[in-house]
Amino acid sequence: MSSPCRSAVSLAALAVLTVAACDREEREPRGAPVGDSGPAAITQGTLYAGQPSPPGPSHREYEGNAYHISQGKQLYVWFNCGTCHANGGGDIGPPLMDDQWIYGGTLENIHATILQGRPNGMPSFRGKIPEQQVWEIAAYVRSLSGQTPKAASPGRSDSLNAKPDEQRMPREEPKGSSPGGPNLEGRQ
Amino acid sequence: MYTVGASAALEHQGRRRRCFGLNIPDAEAGADVVISRLTGAMVLVACALGAAVPAPAQDASAGKAIPAAAASPADDGNWVMPGKDYASTRYSAQDEINTGNVRDLQVAFTFSTGVERGHEAPPLVVGGTMYIVTPYPNRLFALDLTKPGAPLKWSFDPKPAASAQGVACCDYVNRGPAFADGRLFINTLDGQTIAVAAETGRELWRTQLGDINKGETITMAPLVVKGKVLVGNSGGEFGVRGWLTALDAGTGTIAWKAYSTGPDADVLIGPDYKPFYDKEKGKDLGVTSWPPDAWTIGGGTVWGWISYDPELNLIYHGTANPGPWNPEQRPGDNKWTGGIFARNPDTGQARWFYQVVPHDLYDHDAINELLLLDLPVNGAMRKTVVRPERNGYLYVLDRATGEVLSADPYAAINSSTGVDLKTGELAMVEAKAPKLGKVVRDICPTAPGAKDWNPSAFSPRTGLIYIPHMNLCMDWQSSEANYIAGTPYVGAEVRMFAGPGGHRGELSAWDPVKRAKAWSVKEDFPLWSGALTTAGDLLFYGTMEGWFKALDARTGEELWRFKTGSGIIGQPIAYRGPDGHEYVAVLSGVGGWAGAVVVGNLDPRDATAAKGFATAVADLKTKTTKGGMLYVFALPQRR
Repeated sequence: MSSPCRSAVSLAALAVLTVAACDREEREPRGAPVGDSGPAAITQGTLYAGQPSPPGPSHREYEGNAYHISQGKQLYVWFNCGTCHANGGGDIGPPLMDDQWIYGGTLENIHATILQGRPNGMPSFRGKIPEQQVWEIAAYVRSLSGQTPKAASPGRSDSLNAKPDEQRMPREEPKGSSPGGPNLEGRQ
Repeated sequence: MYTVGASAALEHQGRRRRCFGLNIPDAEAGADVVISRLTGAMVLVACALGAAVPAPAQDASAGKAIPAAAASPADDGNWVMPGKDYASTRYSAQDEINTGNVRDLQVAFTFSTGVERGHEAPPLVVGGTMYIVTPYPNRLFALDLTKPGAPLKWSFDPKPAASAQGVACCDYVNRGPAFADGRLFINTLDGQTIAVAAETGRELWRTQLGDINKGETITMAPLVVKGKVLVGNSGGEFGVRGWLTALDAGTGTIAWKAYSTGPDADVLIGPDYKPFYDKEKGKDLGVTSWPPDAWTIGGGTVWGWISYDPELNLIYHGTANPGPWNPEQRPGDNKWTGGIFARNPDTGQARWFYQVVPHDLYDHDAINELLLLDLPVNGAMRKTVVRPERNGYLYVLDRATGEVLSADPYAAINSSTGVDLKTGELAMVEAKAPKLGKVVRDICPTAPGAKDWNPSAFSPRTGLIYIPHMNLCMDWQSSEANYIAGTPYVGAEVRMFAGPGGHRGELSAWDPVKRAKAWSVKEDFPLWSGALTTAGDLLFYGTMEGWFKALDARTGEELWRFKTGSGIIGQPIAYRGPDGHEYVAVLSGVGGWAGAVVVGNLDPRDATAAKGFATAVADLKTKTTKGGMLYVFALPQRR
């Protein structure tokens, strides 16, 4: 890790902060081993048969990490996510900065939506975007509504100053109409 | 003539009003009637003349514009194509409802379409049946006007692909069906043209024309000319290659297809092609005026209006913006985008072309309505095609040759200074040109233009063109667009806001002979509905809050209004019902690019939502909700 991390070890409290700051920049060049991110890992409704299934494999390392979210922000533009969803306010596609998730707002839901596409117009990017980059885009999408840690969220944009930066976005609380939301997988 | 018209209106219904135009009181709150181009002296003369009744002159000697005779047959009470006639006048000769009794207008019947998206289509009426096409999923309804309450006669569900919703730039709209020879023709969002039997709703044929995986959709209203159904594609924001095609009305087979970019052979430019200006001449300009191969994804779609002059045997249609929006990615004139074609409907061969916006900088599709009018220009009657363009100028062209006879601003413009009539060139303002890495501020008009697709209407009684338009300006930042088939290809971020004066919409009555506004009415929201004018000297249009209004066509005075269930972006029509009485009909149901903030429930905290439109009308969410409903109005005596 970087030298500021090694130099700041005197106070325990500061050490905790520093470790968090190191995590903020942590990189996995090839990406973590990918668990089951297919249909079995996500749900799109809020109704179960019997007891809720245990949550699928977590990929939270992407959304607590400034590098990945920053990469996601760039990829969001490069893969034309922004031409349909604007800077989160929506256009052809729905807004991504509000408190509603049609197909689920967890990292795994968003990852699945990008890969699988959705029936009312969301194109499938399966085989078009490398797996790790899909996670990065998904993490960035969550930052649009303040779901990612502020320390890891982007603080500036290169484009028209159209809205508050992700770092300053108030955290939206997904409602019951958002399948796969907090109630379902206990992510809050 | 306006002074006479205004004075007649002053006497109208015994209302006492002051004679000076600017002080005419207004029945409604919020709207602002302005009589422009009327000098005080002229008004005083009008006052002195008192109750002079204007003669509805139809002859050219009066110095008035008239519709092209061959393209505007006598009104039979039906409404068989969105433009009413081939001249696209949107004028009804019905006069039972008029300035004297419109205050009594009331709802005769309604019909829910069950669709939430923006309803931009007009109803059609043919021989006692009304036909309505909805936005995606493009359902077609036939209502029996001969029975009380106009019950459903049949419905037709084309079942288009749901994924098409993802490649529709500006809501899932449809701008209307067409009727000819017992058949109805509709286009579907997923790129099909379908013919059904008007009597039964039975499907006769369907032809797949567009590919949604290239970003192609179809939203325009077809036009049937000489047994051919004319259809063009949408998708200028997706890097599609624009085209207009003609289908055999009986079988659906393709008779010809004219692309808007590429080699002359694809554009159907051949020996018949005789443009007026040198700038439109040259071999394969649809290839050479682009960077290598950029024409293959260069836009120039044909999603707007078509008119037809049977006398000259020419159809007129526009071509939309080049792609991507970022102009620096496509140096060159980008032929044949952003212009007007005249073509032979039998072969598709081009006769002339005029590029309104060479190397378009602002998404200024040249697809608006084309009114075929004969009018005096410098003392001589000319056969013209008149169009209020997206760039803010009202163009009058010789429709035989493509010569620009005049181009006058009808809205606030600071991005260009005018049109050189000798060369046809539009002079742009360098400081307002988009540059990569720079935010260019306060550009007027905006990307949707001073006026978008929503068509104006022309009354031969007043000689005025009634233009529903906008008053918005924008900031623009170009970015590098990536082409990924099936996703948008834009390369610009935009935010829009109200233009000079703070109002966002305006209805202008324009005199094409005097080349000036006769009067205009300001509206709070941008106008996204079409206009209708009638022989009762009425002008009808709707607002995005949901008001359906009737104005005195001579003065602009509001005479009646009705609040419909949702914002109005449809095209009103007037017809004579089976009972012999006049009806006025309009579809309510907000949406379109202007209404995307409501139908898409967009988040206007992002100023670039809906390509910058959402922020300009963020308050619309507090004024209306979505939902399609037909409203039909009539006078009360027969109920």
